[in-house]
Amino acid sequence: MSKAEPAPGRQLTSYVSFQNVQKTYDGDNLVVKNFNLDIAPGEFVTMLGPSGSGKTTCLMMLAGFETATHGEIYVDGTPVNHLAPHKRDIGMVFQNYALFPHMTIAENLAFPLKVRKLSNAEIEQRVKRALEMIELPQLAGRRPGQLSGGQQQRVALARALVFEPKLVLMDEPLGALDKQLREQMQYEIKHLHERLGVTVLYVTHDQTEALTMSDRIAVFNEGVVQQLATPTELYEQPANAFVAQFIGENNKLPGQVSRLDGSRCQVRVGNALVEALPVNVAAAGEQTTLSIRPERVQLNPVEGQCDNCFDARVLEMIYHGDHLRTRVQLMDQDQFIIKVPNAAQRLAIAEGDRVRVGWHSRDCRALDAMSA
Amino acid sequence: MRYQATAPSLLPEASAAPAELPTGTLKQQLRRAERRNRVKAFLLVLPLLLFVGITFVGPLAEMLHRSVYNPLVADSLPHTIEALDDWDRRQLPGEAAYRALAEELASLHQNRQLAKLASRLNAEQSGMRSLMTKSGRRLARLDPPIDAKAALLKIDRRWAELKYWAAINNLGSRYTLSNYLAALDMRYDAQGDIVAQPENRQIYQSLFAKTLGMSLLITLLCLLLGYPLAHLLATLPERRSNLLMILVLLPFWTSLLVRTSAWIVLLQTEGVINDLLVGLGLIDQRVQMVHNMAGTLIAMTHILLPFMVLPLYSVMKSISPSYMRAARSLGARPGYAFVRVYMPQTLPGVGAGALLTFILSIGFYITPALVGGQSGQMISNFIAYHMQTSLNWGLASALGGLLLAAVLLLYYLYNRLVGINNLKVG
Repeated sequence: MSKAEPAPGRQLTSYVSFQNVQKTYDGDNLVVKNFNLDIAPGEFVTMLGPSGSGKTTCLMMLAGFETATHGEIYVDGTPVNHLAPHKRDIGMVFQNYALFPHMTIAENLAFPLKVRKLSNAEIEQRVKRALEMIELPQLAGRRPGQLSGGQQQRVALARALVFEPKLVLMDEPLGALDKQLREQMQYEIKHLHERLGVTVLYVTHDQTEALTMSDRIAVFNEGVVQQLATPTELYEQPANAFVAQFIGENNKLPGQVSRLDGSRCQVRVGNALVEALPVNVAAAGEQTTLSIRPERVQLNPVEGQCDNCFDARVLEMIYHGDHLRTRVQLMDQDQFIIKVPNAAQRLAIAEGDRVRVGWHSRDCRALDAMSA
Repeated sequence: MRYQATAPSLLPEASAAPAELPTGTLKQQLRRAERRNRVKAFLLVLPLLLFVGITFVGPLAEMLHRSVYNPLVADSLPHTIEALDDWDRRQLPGEAAYRALAEELASLHQNRQLAKLASRLNAEQSGMRSLMTKSGRRLARLDPPIDAKAALLKIDRRWAELKYWAAINNLGSRYTLSNYLAALDMRYDAQGDIVAQPENRQIYQSLFAKTLGMSLLITLLCLLLGYPLAHLLATLPERRSNLLMILVLLPFWTSLLVRTSAWIVLLQTEGVINDLLVGLGLIDQRVQMVHNMAGTLIAMTHILLPFMVLPLYSVMKSISPSYMRAARSLGARPGYAFVRVYMPQTLPGVGAGALLTFILSIGFYITPALVGGQSGQMISNFIAYHMQTSLNWGLASALGGLLLAAVLLLYYLYNRLVGINNLKVG
């Protein structure tokens, strides 16, 4: 497999570039609205979003199975809009693997090599190497139908890599696997990517998958990229209410900005005043949604530890093994979640108890007002 | 198991109970539990079983029986057959045989049953009809002759020829393969050996060959025409493919007779197509397109096309478009991807459609009868001829039996080569 050259100008050069790409199927509605994305060589970028958000359409346009109705896509500096799919030299892993059922595993792997008219010896050697890479050399003579889902998955991956493309697209490749296998495959794909240095564009609706594997994630909603950032940034600093809601668990409190000064603001939620970090608010008086991660909220905080501290009532406690998921009533909201770690010193609280909850204002982000 | 290890107290009864039962009890219990359902299921299909038994299996068995069962000669000439029992077929039979034949011919003539026998024997050996009826008529007028051999030879010298005796002897047993031999252009000769029919009486072998050849050609035409159509149907968006599907099924809703007659109107020498071609100046001489093999080919291809399209469609519909996409993304040109990836996956549909079309066409009757003329006749037309006109039901049954054997053989071969489980009709 080809090793990507060390990329000194990683920020400057892009291997794949979407520029102002739009797509409509019916001529009335845009499925993809003005999509821009630059992917550096060797980068692992994930397009994450709910179904129907346009992420798969973007992938299909890059692969050549859909045509962009506006804008241009470049691969390695070449515009590919009018290039037939088979000339693009892009590896692709499909949702249901699309292994050819009438061919053996070895024949499946040899297919892209045969198409490229490699010598038989070369093909044999490469197929052997690919099978070793996915640790399934004993399955060469089997047919896809005789393999388990996880094995088929690996073969599909190997087939997309065996002709050494510089770019590999993956369309929800782990969607059909069970949870445990899916997690295992996530690491395998991640390590494979690190070892081979290929550029990967990955599509999924599973945020854990995206967070585990990606260098950067583009969060899609309604045909628009909501945020393009590293996993850490995405989780810690969501740019808007959709991203905060979509990535990880999130408590949201609708309110109105009452005071805004530089890096701090005060938001009125019901009768309470909450100190928060302004992200998506421009002026006092605006509607906003406060976003607080459940694990950043403390139960009965030590005095002076938090600059936001309120009374709450415990409604429900659910045992999750490593943590207790505690639902409390706070500021007339009864869906406020707190994750209490299952630490040695367990808190002696029960349903119906009155408690104090608190959080730091920098963990409480004032985002745009959500319509929903 | 792991669950039990951590919580053994939860399921003690459940895990212990089956082990305590003696072997076989579980199966009994299962049978008892299933019996009610089995009886119910059987009662539900009983009317169908009866119907199929009475209208299909019964007649089929009767027909196959008739193709080898041949009681006429044995019943009409019992003593003659008995007398011929130890005949060596090298010289003329003894006086006893002549006497028995003379008596039986005379009595058959008087009972007016000679004609049937004569025509049956004539089918085996030409000339027998006149020989038998003439002898019977004369013998009935005479007193029982003292020297039966001389009397018979006096009536007709042919009674001194071995082949006429051989014909009687060959048909003498109640069960005979002579119908099948006749259906294959063969017969027993005077010595009782199997030989080919004289060349001017050979028709069935070439007829079988023609029937199989035409069926093959029709199947091939249906495949060539149906494959792209089925592919189109399977890939078009739902609404348009439904409309096309109705067009495919439309012929199904029209009477076979009407469709065939419509082809006559279109194809005949003074018909629409000839008029058009002459009008356009493409041809000077009107082309004979119907009442010959071409007519049978065209009309049958049209009639059988849906039987090819439907299995193909159902198989193609189930092939995910992602296979073609995968092949393209792996670098295959569209044509190469189609041939190497798509077409092999449609093989179960091709097999089912071809088998269905082929089997239907080798037994097709109405269309060849209406538009076939002389050269477009198929085996089923001759079966009908022997059933309705020549009244040689034994031969008709044998021809039908061979047709059935051909179909079963085909089915067997298909199963060996492709596997019947790969057959997808719908």
